[in-house]
Amino acid sequence: MLFEYANPARFMKLSGQLLPWFAGAASILIGAGLYMAFACPPDYQQGDTVRIMFVHVPAAWVAMMAYAAMAGASFFSLVWRHPLADVAAKTAAPLGALFTALALVTGSLWGRPMWGTFWVWDGRLTSFLLLLFLYLGYIALWNAIEDETRAARAAAILALVGAADLVIIKFSVDWWTTLHQGESIFRLGGPTIADVFLWPLFTMGGGYTALFVSLWILRIRTEILERRARVLMLEGG
Amino acid sequence: MIADFLAMGGYAAFVWPSYGISAIGLIAALAMTLSAYGRARARLAELEKNR
Repeated sequence: MLFEYANPARFMKLSGQLLPWFAGAASILIGAGLYMAFACPPDYQQGDTVRIMFVHVPAAWVAMMAYAAMAGASFFSLVWRHPLADVAAKTAAPLGALFTALALVTGSLWGRPMWGTFWVWDGRLTSFLLLLFLYLGYIALWNAIEDETRAARAAAILALVGAADLVIIKFSVDWWTTLHQGESIFRLGGPTIADVFLWPLFTMGGGYTALFVSLWILRIRTEILERRARVLMLEGG
Repeated sequence: MIADFLAMGGYAAFVWPSYGISAIGLIAALAMTLSAYGRARARLAELEKNR
């Protein structure tokens, strides 16, 4: 099943059909999410800084999702040696790095007024900074090794080893004392956040996810087109 | 009213930069992704025409 779509020609066809839906969903959800983010009342403790959460949390979700996607594609690439899996992993990395950076910066801008500091070296923040370095290291590794097959293998191994950081990020708020709040959404017993804040959060989360998928599809398509162009060049076109 | 909204309860200096940086980052990624895609398509079309 997966192998059928791992054919570049099939991928181009299928992704071309899916792309408008993801792009449409991204525009509508982010548009609606932005409206909801400013229409909801200020939090009784955080005041209006609660609105920062609507761009911080979705960025952090997508940052981790992108890494999981990259690690999954890397696994696929190592086990089945499929070039499309390499392309999928490679193109997810710069996007993941961007969302990680956005999560770190917006988190900092929230931390300053609420915690009294832009940064603290605790488990959650440090493991999230490590995620950014994993992305940057992954990109650097791709660029450092000339031979594409070898670069793909080395990068895939780094991506898989680094996947442990996703687990550390998730449980960091339980394992160590931290300024960062504990898990308040995906927890046993349901979220501990009021519905007026959950709706804008989920809407923006959906919009960010759809935007990531749209950009990812576009980047995979770009890489497939570039590889085809390179083959044509070699054929002496 | 508008001034109240812009003031963000005294947290304007943190709320607006958060949205500004997020917007700049995402729009820049979109612009770069689309332009690279357009260039790749144009280049391949050119090569296929000259075959």
